[in-house]
Amino acid sequence: MPKDSGIGAPSKRREDVRFLTGTGQYTDDINVNGQAYVYFLRSTVAHGKLKSVDTSAAEGMPGVVRIFTGADFEGVGGLPCGWQVTDRHGEPMQEPAHPVLAQGKVRHVGDPIAAVIADSAAVARDAAEAINVEIDELPAVIDMREAVKDGAPKVHDDLTSNLCYDWGFVEENKAAVGEAFANAAHVTSLELVNQRLVANPMEPRVAIGDYNRANDESTLYTTSQNPHVIRLLMGAFVLGIPEHKLRVVAPDVGGGFGTKIFHYAEEAFCTFAARQINRAVKWTSSRSESFISDAQGRDHVTKIELALDADNNFTAIRTDTYANMGAYLSTFAPSVPTWLHGTLMAGNYRTPLVYVNVKAVFTNTVAVDAYRGAGRPEATYQLERVIDKAARELGVDPIALRRQNFISEFPYATPVAVEYDTGDYVATMDKLEEIADLSGFEARRKASEAKGKLRGLGVNCYIEACGIAPSNLVGQLGARAGLYDAATVRVNATGSISVMVGAHSHGQGHETAFPQVVAEMLGIDEGMIDIVHGDSSKIPFGMGTYGSRSIAVCGSAMVRATEKIINKAKKIASHLLEASEADIELKDGQFNVVGTDKSCAWGDVTLAAYVPHNYPLEDIEPGLEETAFYDPSNFTYPSGAYACEVEVDPETGKVTIESFSAADDFGNVINPMIVSGQVHGGIGQGIGQALLENTVYDENGQLVSGSYMDYAMPRASDVPFFTVDHSCQTPCTHNPLGVKGCGEAGAIGSPPSVINAVIDALHSGGHTHVDHIDMPVSPSRVWSAING
Amino acid sequence: MTTVTMTVNGKSASGEVEGRTLLVDFLRNELNLTGTHVGCDTSQCGACTVHVNGKAIKSCTMFASDADGATVDTIEGQANADGSLNTIQQAFQDHHGLQCGFCTPGMVMAAAELLKKNPKPTETEIRDHLEGNICRCTGYHNIVKSIMAASGQDVSAIAAE
Amino acid sequence: MYNFEFVKPSSVADAVAALGAEDAQALGGGQTLIPTMKQRLASPSKLVSLGGIADMLGVSVSGGSVTIGGATTHADVEAADAFAGLTGLAGGIGDPAVRNRGTIGGSLANNDPAACYPSIALATGATITTNKRDIAADDYFQGMFTTALEEGEIITSVSMPIPEASNYQKFEQPASRFALVGVFVAKYADGVRVAVTGASENGVFRWTEAEAALSANFSADALADLSVDAADMIADLHGSKAYRANLVKVLTGRAVAAAN
Repeated sequence: MPKDSGIGAPSKRREDVRFLTGTGQYTDDINVNGQAYVYFLRSTVAHGKLKSVDTSAAEGMPGVVRIFTGADFEGVGGLPCGWQVTDRHGEPMQEPAHPVLAQGKVRHVGDPIAAVIADSAAVARDAAEAINVEIDELPAVIDMREAVKDGAPKVHDDLTSNLCYDWGFVEENKAAVGEAFANAAHVTSLELVNQRLVANPMEPRVAIGDYNRANDESTLYTTSQNPHVIRLLMGAFVLGIPEHKLRVVAPDVGGGFGTKIFHYAEEAFCTFAARQINRAVKWTSSRSESFISDAQGRDHVTKIELALDADNNFTAIRTDTYANMGAYLSTFAPSVPTWLHGTLMAGNYRTPLVYVNVKAVFTNTVAVDAYRGAGRPEATYQLERVIDKAARELGVDPIALRRQNFISEFPYATPVAVEYDTGDYVATMDKLEEIADLSGFEARRKASEAKGKLRGLGVNCYIEACGIAPSNLVGQLGARAGLYDAATVRVNATGSISVMVGAHSHGQGHETAFPQVVAEMLGIDEGMIDIVHGDSSKIPFGMGTYGSRSIAVCGSAMVRATEKIINKAKKIASHLLEASEADIELKDGQFNVVGTDKSCAWGDVTLAAYVPHNYPLEDIEPGLEETAFYDPSNFTYPSGAYACEVEVDPETGKVTIESFSAADDFGNVINPMIVSGQVHGGIGQGIGQALLENTVYDENGQLVSGSYMDYAMPRASDVPFFTVDHSCQTPCTHNPLGVKGCGEAGAIGSPPSVINAVIDALHSGGHTHVDHIDMPVSPSRVWSAING
Repeated sequence: MTTVTMTVNGKSASGEVEGRTLLVDFLRNELNLTGTHVGCDTSQCGACTVHVNGKAIKSCTMFASDADGATVDTIEGQANADGSLNTIQQAFQDHHGLQCGFCTPGMVMAAAELLKKNPKPTETEIRDHLEGNICRCTGYHNIVKSIMAASGQDVSAIAAE
Repeated sequence: MYNFEFVKPSSVADAVAALGAEDAQALGGGQTLIPTMKQRLASPSKLVSLGGIADMLGVSVSGGSVTIGGATTHADVEAADAFAGLTGLAGGIGDPAVRNRGTIGGSLANNDPAACYPSIALATGATITTNKRDIAADDYFQGMFTTALEEGEIITSVSMPIPEASNYQKFEQPASRFALVGVFVAKYADGVRVAVTGASENGVFRWTEAEAALSANFSADALADLSVDAADMIADLHGSKAYRANLVKVLTGRAVAAAN
């Protein structure tokens, strides 16, 4: 029987009631009295010299309040990059300026040139059409390998080239890796593309800047995953507003998937402009605008090689990757192809030697940054595809080859600088074979063949590093921020509790899951506990939600703060019960004197804390509120094994997902219902990448797939019911909850099994010349591969 | 500007609109019914789905003037009279059929139309009916499950807590 | 979008009069026109909604033909279930909410090269009736987004002879869910007609070789030796010319099999 409350219970989500009744409050639902509206005039060319921006005609139009251009931001900070990568020669990456509004040049379609503020959104857009922009168009660089050639047009004239950095990891191992390949009994190599994706949270971005001249306070309402990070970056680096004069509110946020981590020009603009015109300024992105202004994801082109000895043991891995940065460095972009990618290249396997080379490249495209999984899906895809190819070349079972090479002893120090604390890859693979009914596959294949379809089975494992991240470590790796988190537990006089957390919930269900932890620790009803998040004026601090970090990092801070509450409450109870503090136990919301029948209730203690008539005032302060900051000592390492079965229609090339099974190890689980939901969603996005989604620029830098008319989002009919299981649990050893995080696993773990299954299906139909098809494996690509 | 009048969630509502005012803008900006969302501009995501004269439509792809005199139902009018969740809404909560909640009003309105026409839809019929409603969070698993449950079907065999 | 004057007449005559204004445009269900206007790619001064004209609504069957009012929604055509191929086609356009607004007249007037309705109109040899005249489908479609309609002319109804057997096969473009290729096969006593949408740079077209083969032998096998010339096919990120040509043949075969 599952528990009905506390840790491990599938508690229903309390936030659902407002979302189901249309009473949530998303940023676009907020309107500030007297607000004006801004429309950004954006570049329609990918690369050009900005000769002039003539706003005079537009300024005179009725309802226009003010028009800003890049010139208005001379002397204002640019958008900062939060991570500095050091290249393989010990040099810092090339880091271009990123003005709020374009200055001198435009560098991608969508680069904002001018901002029109007007009394209505329609007037702002009408007026933008009256702005006369003169641009000398320059040749655009779109293809990464072209971009790094000598003589390629430079995206940033003041940089030496379009190469942001050339990163080697582990550079010291490079020669040894080369030697291992020279001595290998077998080498499998594969060139593949991790195509560019658009994150597409269903809520487009919105920003509202407000300003109160009476107290010189600015407020930004924004669709962000991490309001404090925005306050820090925008306040300190862009606008020079001290934290105590700047409030950032991220209310209900309609999905993030990474792209709402970053600090964007529109946020800085609205905050800046509201101060300039002394009036609130609101920007609501259209979906078309989000396609050319939200940071995009992935976009790696890789060659991976796997060396094996005569017994099929992996001996070395070598990769060569080009990673697209786009036209500017988005907030955390440099970290994604490096520290979030290279450190995962050992996967679940005992490969003693790994060398990863990544060349990050500027192109005239929208900036690329973290998207669900961020670096880890790219690593997993390369590794799990090359292993499958190796198994086929060697004529061995792909599952057996993986099992043979599994890491089996923990802790395990990989050759790529991370130490896995726990895991049991055999257990998750065993579980997968059971829930996916792999033994029944051949019968299902025959049934498909009888219908004229080819059926394929694909399996893969994954490991990820989440619970981001130990501050001292990431500091050494170039992060310009700490990655701890914070929580304040405020116990009210009657015993109800507000927990102010630095994590931000935009679909993850924190408002339900976090109270389950506190309720478990205190033995009280979950309904007595509420979570407060998303407002820098209400919560102590926080680095936000991404990297599957919320429960592992912020949840741990909440545990630490709750422990402080318990310690203090026990002191109060010992006073009330006239017993030694050491004899007080807290059980089921009641303080008992061990070995006696003396007790007092949770509410007695909390009331005493706020009405301290009978209270040890000489020893402790009144009140019951505690804050804790928690900085993790390691990453967490969720892992799992996934299986996909597909049918391929050989006449049309159409691939249908017939089943998808996931066996995950997330360590301890707080709310299994929410965890399953996170896995479902991640798999949905992974299938989207594998089959449907693609971000295509033409040679001039025009985004061809710039709306849902051409960017294929997964729909309900594209996916089946999923079978997910997270009963394999090896608890994390270094955080108090033993949790590992589950937000990204589905997106990290699912693409390779889909592609492995498609290749398997084609081989079963005799199309043995096809050993790879790049994602998305659209019908036309599959058909072309079959007939190629 | 012209005046339009419609019956919204059972109550008469009037307002001034331009020709270009979309029904969704009228609902959100004039009537402050912000539960209906805008997720795209190509009439595909379905976050803006409402019922006009009993039929599900995309309120971002209909002019407010075209709904003059019509009966309009939105997510705000779906709960029971006492404020409790209706059958569909309750099923979505029971089966974790939503995460960020942004697509949810459209999903509920689409489901309501389906169950009115087809009280016991199959899994395939549900998935087909959601062709015009995009969710980025759930992978649709629990949305489909919620709608099956709302129709009174046994969903205990469908995996996951 | 740009602003405009919105009018909703209740008769064809009033609509025609309203459309006499400069840059006036008819509005069917708006499922294509409104997104186009949002992108500021269309800027009518006046939109004349046809949804309030009772004479242009409804589906009726008589004398072996079905007649559909020009303002009838796809959902209402589907619900009328006049014949299997029509019901299947109408029920597969867009999504349910689009089908509740989009109209047959709007679809045919726009003649999007990937729309579904042009294929059935051409395959059934439909008659497109306007406020001025009757136009045979073979004369009506004149290339993508181009029709025989004149300025201000309104499609008031569409009549199709009901085939003995028919089927529509749509292979969806994965993003828009329009037809990457759609094939409508209609079998009549005097022969078979096959019309293809989504595939050609020239818009909807009849695959006459298949028509001849199927008129002799209404079986997918009859197509075995035929091939589709890829030269005029559309190529885009969703499929090459050769891929579309392949789909034309595959889908035609499937439509025949399903119709039988």
